[in-house]
Amino acid sequence: MSHDHRPHPDHSSSRAPARMPHRSMLFIPASNAAMMSTAYIYGADAVMFDLEDGVALREKDSARLIAFHTLRSKLYAGVETVVRINPLDTPFGPADLEAAVRAGADVIRLPKTETAQDILELEERVAQIETECGRAPGSTRLMAAIESASGVVNAVAIATATPRLTSIALAGFDYVVDMRTTRGDGSELFYARCAVLHAARYAGISAYDVVFSNVDDEAGFLAEVEVIKRLGFDGKSLINPRQIDLLHNAYAPTQAELDRAHLVIDAADRAAREGLGVVSLGGKMIDAPIVEAARRTVRYADASGVRR
Amino acid sequence: MRIVRDSLAGTLESSDALVRVSPTDGGERDVSINSSVMAQFGTQITEVVQDTLDKMGVSQGQIVVEDKGALDCTLRARVQAAVLRACADEATGTTDASTSVDWSLL
Repeated sequence: MSHDHRPHPDHSSSRAPARMPHRSMLFIPASNAAMMSTAYIYGADAVMFDLEDGVALREKDSARLIAFHTLRSKLYAGVETVVRINPLDTPFGPADLEAAVRAGADVIRLPKTETAQDILELEERVAQIETECGRAPGSTRLMAAIESASGVVNAVAIATATPRLTSIALAGFDYVVDMRTTRGDGSELFYARCAVLHAARYAGISAYDVVFSNVDDEAGFLAEVEVIKRLGFDGKSLINPRQIDLLHNAYAPTQAELDRAHLVIDAADRAAREGLGVVSLGGKMIDAPIVEAARRTVRYADASGVRR
Repeated sequence: MRIVRDSLAGTLESSDALVRVSPTDGGERDVSINSSVMAQFGTQITEVVQDTLDKMGVSQGQIVVEDKGALDCTLRARVQAAVLRACADEATGTTDASTSVDWSLL
């Protein structure tokens, strides 16, 4: 393949998608060539090339090819690439999966996941395609999108279905319809958020919260971010690049939090060097979860600085 | 691949390309390209289009590309979408080649 018309920054040496925080997952309709050509510049932790609801029926074939070639171009090196395929029981799903796995997508997102069986079926197909195209077995990660009461009730089984499943995302629109309610102050999502998040933490995987669709309501967006961050979500699905910086800044530690984290890590490193079983700081004992939280704080600061 | 009907793929938006494919009665493959960046990238655009058609085994038909500064990956995708929409799937005998693609040709 010849060089692309325009140079683009290569983040591949400085960023390892698998180790990045999962704060932001930017949705891009794969049928939109201009967005697909440029969205790597926005600095989202992950981009999701959408082949499902964001693409009109008559553009499914064309969007699939745009996603395939965009992935192969390495335009998004250093950003985690997610492809949302159509469900496997549609005429489009199996071809979407072929294209995404063969082109080297980091993650396949399965919409409308209801049971662990859905994920196991996906895994089987992914493994087969990896073998056929010579991709390293197990290198394609999976993400389950939970969009129904069934998915929420089965969240633990889904989250623990396979080690390939590394993240789970709650999708609000279909879920509230299934629950016979509408989006409101967030109380309608409370149980689903808690259930999905507990499943993710139990399985040791990442959890993304729903999209906030009103891009002009910055205050509303930040209020929702505060809620989901407090609950413990890794981050959110986003539909507009303008939301990325707001979200990353909300997740960034304050200078005081970062200073404290460095003190904790220094104390832990010192204890390890001196062979001490117990870490202490200022006369107080520090246990392992505190040290891990401090390391996470530093990772978030490394990713986008301290809170402004 | 054999072109059996007219087709279109892509848009005239910036960073995209619109590709029109039509069947011809025998003869050579006829490719014409108009681009907003022809002066700078004409050779490269032509190479990408011709290479994409070669790999798909398109030997006849008329292919018209209106390029609006598409990246190579976009151009390839639009040419392939237009060709697949214009072709019958000879392997399965169906009139739609787009969901039963031989990915190695793409």
